[in-house]
Amino acid sequence: MTAGYLSLTDRDRDEMLAAIGVDSIDDLFEQIPESVRFTGELDVPPALTELELIRHLETLAAKNAHTGVELSFLGAGIYDHHVPAIVDTILQRGEFLTAYTPYQSEMSQGVLQAIFEYQTAICELTGMDVSNASGYDGFTVAADACYIAKHAAGRTRIVLAETLNPQVREVVKTYAPGFGLEIVEVAHEGGVTDPARIAAAAVDAAAVIFPQPNFFGCLEDAPALAAAAREAGALAVAHVDLTSLGVLEAPGVYGCDMAIGEGQSVGNAQSYGGPHYGFLASRTDFIRRLPGRIVGQTTDLNGDRGFVLTLQTREQHIRREKATSNMTTNQTLLALGGLVTLAWLGPHGLRELGETCMSLAAYARERIALPVAFEQPCFKEVAFRTPRPARDVIREARALGVHPGYALGRDYEGLDDVLLVAVTEKRTPADIDRLADVLEEVCA
Amino acid sequence: MAGAESYPDDLKYHPEHDWARIEGDEAVLGITWWAQDALGELVHFEAPAVGDMAVKDEAYGEVESIKAVSEVISPLSGEIIAVNHKAVDEPESINEEPYGEGWLIRIRISDPSEAGDLLDVEGYRAVVAEQ
Amino acid sequence: MDLIYEKSQAGRRAGRVPDYGLPVPEVPASLARKDPPRLPELAENEIVRHFTNLADRNFGVDTGFYPLGSCTMKYNPRVNEIAARMPGFAQLHPHQDDDGAQGALELMWELQEILAEVAGLPAVTLQPAAGSQGELTGLMLMRAYFEDRGEGEQRDTVITADTAHGTNPASVTMAGYKLEKVATTERGNLDLDDLRAKVNERTAGLMLTNPSTLGLFDEGISEVAEIFHDKGALLYYDGANLNAVVGRSRPGDMGFDIVHYNLHKTFSQPHGGGGPGGGPVAVREDLEPFLPSPQVVKEGDAFRLDRDRPKSIGRVRGFAGPFGVFVRSYAYMRAYGTDLQAMSETAVLNANYLLAELKDDYEVAYDRLCMHEFVLSARALKKEYGITALDIAKRLMDYGVHPPTIYFPLVIPEALMIEPTETEPKERLDAFIAVMKTIAREAAESPELLKGAPHSRPVRRLDEVKAAKEPIVKHAFAERVPTGA
Repeated sequence: MTAGYLSLTDRDRDEMLAAIGVDSIDDLFEQIPESVRFTGELDVPPALTELELIRHLETLAAKNAHTGVELSFLGAGIYDHHVPAIVDTILQRGEFLTAYTPYQSEMSQGVLQAIFEYQTAICELTGMDVSNASGYDGFTVAADACYIAKHAAGRTRIVLAETLNPQVREVVKTYAPGFGLEIVEVAHEGGVTDPARIAAAAVDAAAVIFPQPNFFGCLEDAPALAAAAREAGALAVAHVDLTSLGVLEAPGVYGCDMAIGEGQSVGNAQSYGGPHYGFLASRTDFIRRLPGRIVGQTTDLNGDRGFVLTLQTREQHIRREKATSNMTTNQTLLALGGLVTLAWLGPHGLRELGETCMSLAAYARERIALPVAFEQPCFKEVAFRTPRPARDVIREARALGVHPGYALGRDYEGLDDVLLVAVTEKRTPADIDRLADVLEEVCA
Repeated sequence: MAGAESYPDDLKYHPEHDWARIEGDEAVLGITWWAQDALGELVHFEAPAVGDMAVKDEAYGEVESIKAVSEVISPLSGEIIAVNHKAVDEPESINEEPYGEGWLIRIRISDPSEAGDLLDVEGYRAVVAEQ
Repeated sequence: MDLIYEKSQAGRRAGRVPDYGLPVPEVPASLARKDPPRLPELAENEIVRHFTNLADRNFGVDTGFYPLGSCTMKYNPRVNEIAARMPGFAQLHPHQDDDGAQGALELMWELQEILAEVAGLPAVTLQPAAGSQGELTGLMLMRAYFEDRGEGEQRDTVITADTAHGTNPASVTMAGYKLEKVATTERGNLDLDDLRAKVNERTAGLMLTNPSTLGLFDEGISEVAEIFHDKGALLYYDGANLNAVVGRSRPGDMGFDIVHYNLHKTFSQPHGGGGPGGGPVAVREDLEPFLPSPQVVKEGDAFRLDRDRPKSIGRVRGFAGPFGVFVRSYAYMRAYGTDLQAMSETAVLNANYLLAELKDDYEVAYDRLCMHEFVLSARALKKEYGITALDIAKRLMDYGVHPPTIYFPLVIPEALMIEPTETEPKERLDAFIAVMKTIAREAAESPELLKGAPHSRPVRRLDEVKAAKEPIVKHAFAERVPTGA
């Protein structure tokens, strides 16, 4: 038993077995009925030393065309933004990395204060009153928002703008039967959502969820969508990109009840889809309905400031079958990466980030010799019409070393010839020139 | 701080640790000393809306401490005609005076015969003794 | 310690974003941000110091012993962190075409294979983000299975143990099922008579942790499985305590049809102060068609994400799951290889050693061998000296030990739930035993020392009532500071 990360010596083991009063490890497992004991050897690959493990994993990693080796314009929900060097320095601190959920507050003031600071940052960005400590990702927080809305509004219909990330809509539909929800989707017109259609669909609805910017990269008339929802008595929920909130208005300012989204673009690597953090913030009215952890400020016996998990009676470990959610594990470490990144950017940096993305998107729009699919202002993604199915264009462009983006036909009928090109501050004008050249060659 | 254990003689009790003070065709409802003691210092009363119906043996609200939450069961049925805002704003008043300032709601009784099912103080003391 | 916002100085900055000299398009006035967000403005050096100082006020497995029951706080190898950050993994976009992600898909496939072997069940989805999402996924699978058989309406109830984690009943409600609870016997097993009375044609299934939250293996598990299967119902295995039985007993062999794993417990994904985690789910063959989409499949020597799954419950989170977690857990498994069972054997040995050495000083809830964790009760100390489980927990902090889980399971008064894990050397266990004995003595001799604990942490005991009564959940900015933007 010297495998893996074990450290007991033979002598330790003998002494311990003697103290317990048994002769062998097998004796300890006799409490398992014989009929369900597993006595064979697990059919799994052999053990590797650390060096062998690194070599093996490097071989696997080398089979992936990552954004460091292939010039990529993929976005569609996950983006290749710069993660500041200090993020990993801080996230690798063992006191953060290897701690559990801060139930014991005196042992956990560091992470509790960090979450409090994260909650503050999310509230500042979104214009909301309260944020939870994070949700699983930008997809599941939409289902969380629906659950809140159902109970707050006492209604069961949820309206989703079709311009929401398709995977957000898929997750909500997966959760809907258990939650007892009816889902209505509102089609886009020219790449954006018509507030009049939202107003019609929102009658008797619990909530309307719409994106800003939307999945096509276009800017929605978000204030009008929020107003349409609220006039119908439905909660207005904006699904937003944190990197846009230095230049785009905070959802709380234009009347939203909740703001949700995927935090990956601030502080997390793409990592083939996770782990990332979802954020969920709301007006004070819903504080007792939020899922997951919330950190609150208080004082200790000496009257000094300290932080604790608060309003825990919402949660599963106390309220059990009546809890606001079954959530326990969240994404604290990834949210901490978000906080560090936001502190590194500061208000100026966040604004510059948004402006640089917008300027590069505008440059791509001008430089790429394809018609845009939607004549709308955009943020960091632009949808182009391709002369042939976008899937084919992508395949051929990749053969030339450039991943040109996402084929909208994967999710939208009638958009087989639309290519969604994403830029971040990591793509240079020269990169976009190369993309333009490759697309010209492939589409000729 | 909560006062000493007490169960007034003039109240009717529900075995789920709730009380009713019947005043003509109305009743004032709250939780007993035992209930507030078991929960600990209360931090929240999730109150119903005036105009809603309270139904005998069913929950009309919730009280919470930091580590526990409990439904408040109605001993009688009737329309809710008042909610004690003091209990909402200062839930510690429920701990301090569970039968006084810490009352929870007032109802207009819809079925006076239901009162016959409730316990008197001796009956309720027997319930507490078993806990 | 000051908040990062209180250290902020208008106009100071750390990071800069490249300016490529391109014109910036105008945001339509109605959509443009008016007031800039009050993010902190600090020099990079000060940001690093801020978080370093916060880290100093935190405690992890790296800091010291962390016997937090039910949470499996084992060592998190650093090679796993290096692996997850390899550019081929970390910089891989989730929409990359399958032919550009073969290494990632192969790793996921191999992970599925090992997980399937550990569970003794053939099919695995890696998608769920955490154990609780695995639970919900499992219940959705039950629903899909019964709907497919035309029993969807009929089967409306799920049974859980009275010792269950709170996630079980919460998941049952979220999945739209009614909840029924089954009692535990004096030996800590499920009460079979109670079960027989409650399982019928309305039952969709059982959710059970085995070993239970009491740290005890259910000795009647085969009978339990028979009771449910006889009525056509399914058994769901909550893998929260899987660390007790890897390679020693397999949930599929126990009769479970659906199993979730907690990669952040059994397979060493660091807990990160609350997350991330991973909650893969394994199922028996006839439940495979209902697994979430997409699924990793192998065709010849190539791997791809299969999205053509007409009977699937759908998608439970973004993409194919928390891939970085998979890298870490796969690396952990490969470090043990075919000795994976040694992990559970040592976890069980360590727990029983602590139990044997502490049972004279504290009340034990069940006097029998335990699995990977056990529950002590401070009931006697409370009765004699007024010392509660909470006081003991707080006093442990003064000795540099993270407290165990307290007041859970709910069926044990003044519960202290202790899980040492397998990665602790004997000296740590001996030191903990000594501290626990000292605290038991202190409870009798100087109870005020415990009541006032902790004495050595950055803060004293915190007022949780105040935090709940008037929640302050974000910083109150004094005024809108001009940012000079």
